[in-house]
Amino acid sequence: MTAPVLQVKDLKTQFFTDDGVVKAVDGVSFDLHPGETLGIVGESGCGKSVTALSILRLVQEPGRITQGQIIFKGSDIVTMPDDDVRDIRGKDIAMIFQDPLSSLNPVLQVGFQIEEAMEAHQKIPGKIALSRAVQLLKQVRIPAAETRVRDYPHQFSGGMRQRAMIAMGLANKPSILIADEPTTALDVTVQAQILELLRDLNEETRTAIILITHNMGVVAGLCKRVLVMYAGRIVEQGPVDQIFKDPQHPYTWSLLQSIPRLDADRKDRLLSIEGLPPDLIKPPPGCRFHPRCRFRIERCFHDDPALMDVGPDQDAACWVTMRRALATDGEAHA
Amino acid sequence: MATAPGVATPDEYVGATIVREQTNLWADAWRRLKRNRLALVSTILLCGLVLVALVSLFWTPYPIWRQGVASTYQTPNSHFLLGADAAGRDIVSRLMVGAQISLEVGVGTQIVVALIGITIGLIAGYFRGWLDGIFSTLINIFYGIPDLLVALLLVLLLGRGLDKIIFAIAATRWMDMARLVRGQTLALREREFVEAARASGTRPNKILSRHILPNALGPIIVQATFGIPQAILFEAFLSFLGLGVQPPTPSWGAMAADGFHALRIAPHIVLAPAIALSLTLMAFNFLGDGLRDALDPRQKR
Repeated sequence: MTAPVLQVKDLKTQFFTDDGVVKAVDGVSFDLHPGETLGIVGESGCGKSVTALSILRLVQEPGRITQGQIIFKGSDIVTMPDDDVRDIRGKDIAMIFQDPLSSLNPVLQVGFQIEEAMEAHQKIPGKIALSRAVQLLKQVRIPAAETRVRDYPHQFSGGMRQRAMIAMGLANKPSILIADEPTTALDVTVQAQILELLRDLNEETRTAIILITHNMGVVAGLCKRVLVMYAGRIVEQGPVDQIFKDPQHPYTWSLLQSIPRLDADRKDRLLSIEGLPPDLIKPPPGCRFHPRCRFRIERCFHDDPALMDVGPDQDAACWVTMRRALATDGEAHA
Repeated sequence: MATAPGVATPDEYVGATIVREQTNLWADAWRRLKRNRLALVSTILLCGLVLVALVSLFWTPYPIWRQGVASTYQTPNSHFLLGADAAGRDIVSRLMVGAQISLEVGVGTQIVVALIGITIGLIAGYFRGWLDGIFSTLINIFYGIPDLLVALLLVLLLGRGLDKIIFAIAATRWMDMARLVRGQTLALREREFVEAARASGTRPNKILSRHILPNALGPIIVQATFGIPQAILFEAFLSFLGLGVQPPTPSWGAMAADGFHALRIAPHIVLAPAIALSLTLMAFNFLGDGLRDALDPRQKR
């Protein structure tokens, strides 16, 4: 495999609030390879968005990256001077956000905002910038791009706005595109179109994509590899096909069980995960998932598991793992 | 997208219908402003005032400084529509030039106020931290000092030229604007499009000028519109105290002060500038109200 384009090593991002230190991201490590599509999934508040913001050092006060390295092109983003980070933002690593309407400036024309994204990193004459903007809008399949380039955001539909955001993200041909819940605010049919667009663009431009979502289905639609986060940690990682087929962490398993299926028997109940995600100021001792885990054993209460090899390319942070849990379950029923 | 040829995609269809209805923010605001009768009448009145002020630059019925063009305390007649003052000067001519002075003071002050207030507000609101601390303290200190004291001191120190009076009034009036812009900036910097701009490597000066300031422009315009009559009134008050624009330049406040001594025998001398002043102040305030509703339609209805 080629050298990774981005390496995150033991990243910790904490928020220093009046109530205490919130350990939003607590020791996350992963590699991203050129052209790869990586999904990061988890419930709200599990630290997936903060991980993404940390990569571009966009975490705002009172949040701070307290430990770890983010290696991009041989240098560490965490310790880089501000100006150097600004050069990376939008040029090498671009980001698109959840709500495409509020991510566009309402008083500026869409085309103008795309041109601006380019001009932040290179000097280009206005005419060329305009034709590039039109070309980008065409690339994200916006019809009548030549006239649409002069429209204001409110004249675009939700799906078109997200397409325009993606066009802005691609304006400088970045090597990584981080998409933070890009489809959450959209209708289901439009969601599928946007995912298809991202998949096509990934193949056309070889831009690596980090897709952040709470939706397992969205991950399946786009990503080759997935990280499952829980309470600021990665609890399982591996190829998407394998994780969907054979999840080893009980949390991943529960997430997959909670997706409604068309082919399921009507009588089958959807599984919901009992309880709430833990308080990140005082995470539970031992495995952070143990208060909500139906397969927990005595060891889970006090011993914190690290990621362990559970299959080819697949790691899970669990003392039990589903393979053993389901085996003993089967014995119990027998 | 896989659609049959000739069939509009949902995006195309929705886009096409919206385009015809809405034009842009400013055209929209203008349409709403026109529906507000009071604001419309005020706009017309103020346009008339600007016209009079412009005309007075080239022509007035009588020279404003020449005394004795009419007899002293001349009551209104067909030659002197509003009569003459204690020195026999034509009041219509003096009112016309007074309009020019008032507008210059009002608009000039607000331009200075906007320059100071916007700069300080943007910096304090965007960078927060110690810069915000310094500017917020400065704002509170200026609020604490009586504005009349500041203005009188500055006029005494600097002199009574129009530009100096404008500066003196602006020195007592910039804090509201700074506070407003700071608040707007604090709110806007958390908006996603500002974060998106930051995420695409946009420099802070561009974020402020392209993303934050244009979105705060509505409230700034409203604030400035309300600020104009305040400044005009403040200048009239200074002139009434004898510390406004240097006589014989006719300011409405100075004209009222002159007439005040002869209130019993010739009330028309006070009435003319007083009515002109009141109408102007009212017009600006109604216009400000109208602009507020027009520029922020969510607040009302």
